[in-house]
Amino acid sequence: MVRTSLAVLVIDENRIRAAIIEAGLREAGHELVTVIHDVSGIARRIAEIEPDVIVIDLENPNRDMLENMFQLSRAVKRPIAMFVDRSDQASIEAAVDAGVSAYVVDGLRQERVKPILDMAVSRFNAFSRMARELEEVRGELESRKVIDRAKGILMKSRGLSEEAAYTLLRKTAMNQNRKIGDIAQSLVTAAGLLGPAEDE
Amino acid sequence: MSMGAEHQITAGFMPLFDSAVLVAAGELGFAAREGIELALHRETSWANIRDRIAIGHFHLAHMLGPMPLACNLGLTPLASETIVPFSLGLGGNCVTISNAVWAGMAAHGAEPDLDPARAGAALGALIRERAVAGYDPLRFAVVHPHSGHNYELRYWLAACDIDPERQIEIVIVPPPFMADALAAGRIDGYCVGEPWNSASVAAGTGHIVTVKAQIWRNSPEKVIGVRKAWADENPAALAALLRALHHSARWCQDPANHGELAAVMAQAGFLGLPPAVQMPILTGHLQLGGGADRTIDDFFLPFDKAANFPWKSHALWFYTQMVRWGHVAHTPENLAIARDCYRPDLYRSALKPLGVALPGANSKVEGALRVATAVGATGAGLVLGPDGFFDGQIFDPLEIDAYIAGQKSAHTND
Repeated sequence: MVRTSLAVLVIDENRIRAAIIEAGLREAGHELVTVIHDVSGIARRIAEIEPDVIVIDLENPNRDMLENMFQLSRAVKRPIAMFVDRSDQASIEAAVDAGVSAYVVDGLRQERVKPILDMAVSRFNAFSRMARELEEVRGELESRKVIDRAKGILMKSRGLSEEAAYTLLRKTAMNQNRKIGDIAQSLVTAAGLLGPAEDE
Repeated sequence: MSMGAEHQITAGFMPLFDSAVLVAAGELGFAAREGIELALHRETSWANIRDRIAIGHFHLAHMLGPMPLACNLGLTPLASETIVPFSLGLGGNCVTISNAVWAGMAAHGAEPDLDPARAGAALGALIRERAVAGYDPLRFAVVHPHSGHNYELRYWLAACDIDPERQIEIVIVPPPFMADALAAGRIDGYCVGEPWNSASVAAGTGHIVTVKAQIWRNSPEKVIGVRKAWADENPAALAALLRALHHSARWCQDPANHGELAAVMAQAGFLGLPPAVQMPILTGHLQLGGGADRTIDDFFLPFDKAANFPWKSHALWFYTQMVRWGHVAHTPENLAIARDCYRPDLYRSALKPLGVALPGANSKVEGALRVATAVGATGAGLVLGPDGFFDGQIFDPLEIDAYIAGQKSAHTND
């Protein structure tokens, strides 16, 4: 069978990341892209799709099952090897660092597959960066909410203005060499333990 | 994080109870007392552990006993030379089957007594009955092709006249998914370490029919696999780690510490399961399903019976099973690779300063000890065995050709 463009199978339980990879592959001109989130019944899917390249995230606990399947000729028509088999140390490390691995059909030339892996690696890295940033933003929002509640407690219990309450929190944080969010959290927890339910 | 530690070591592990000796070495100060800052990384697959060892992310890891052999024999896609200077324990696995298969086996004389021969005979009768009726072969799961689980399951079945290549199907399922796969009917049985057998019994969806400790008593399971390039360059760090693991293993074996060990393993970063589910492996007292229970001698030994000694005869037995099931060809070169993989010399030289009992030999005849036996060794009081195979076979590593030739295998069954 002669196919000009490579069939790529992306196995990733993370739907957002899988979509990002898929979009990247399509932008790069790969038309035959299939995304699978759930590995149940995957042997049949692989037999149908006959992928040339399989991209899988390293967090997937099913890697051992997949590798075993690739080695059994009964399950897949063509032997599938791990891409890193014939790759250089630098791209192996880049892939593992990014959290992605690739398997390719035997006999496929490295230069045809490398751009796919490189793209997957860079998209995985971009996704991790995005997830980290999102986590930071979420943390910031969370701590801002807690600071507001702590200010409210101080204003009510000590009759302070909002500005004075904030200054007190900040000064305490500086004196104790802690983050203002942590001080606010301690205050909210303590107030919750000591007083009646505090509403905002 | 202390910057002052003499050695920085990074180790990978899978969330299984038999990583306990490594985990406790890091968490309870045994590594720190040897001047080691031990960073532990939980992984999601054996393939990840292999890859991270190969590219140098990990210096060493909790591994399946046959895995370093598979790496060195070139059976895995990405591998660096890996050596085994320490074993993490003996035993710990069970074979668990669905309620439906248990009902079928019980109709053919199975009793809830874990006897491998009786259970195997009943399973064989059920399998033949199902074949006549035109049912699909039963599907069993193991955690990895190159695992003690796969080889002991196949050994048990073959010794009971069940061909594991043709009369059943064997698939790979990650340990934490075993119980769910059984409950959902995707598999009919599995061989895995604890707590994933007791999990099915507790859920009412499975029966434990036999255990590793009865298929081959005091048999090898997980090991510490070390990247050889790192071991060669860091002999002092490795020796210090082996001493830390020795102290940790001794602590883990002591029943007085089992409660604390279970609490450590229960933490989210390790097993993340309640302490109560860790107790069966520690006590050897198992619920088998249907209200039956048994206490199994030597169910899991993290330290006793020279459990940490990396016997070359253990590696060589795994090698004979790799040959048996067509995973590798039996050649003088491959045999030499298998023989060099486990490193009792490194274990011995690291522990010598402690004055503890050390076996005098690197290999032993497996299956020859019918009773617990005090053996000639350096230091005081070392007891080995019993180490019998349930079918009475003996593995003499000096007669490896004859042992391989005498095995029923995928090739000789034709």
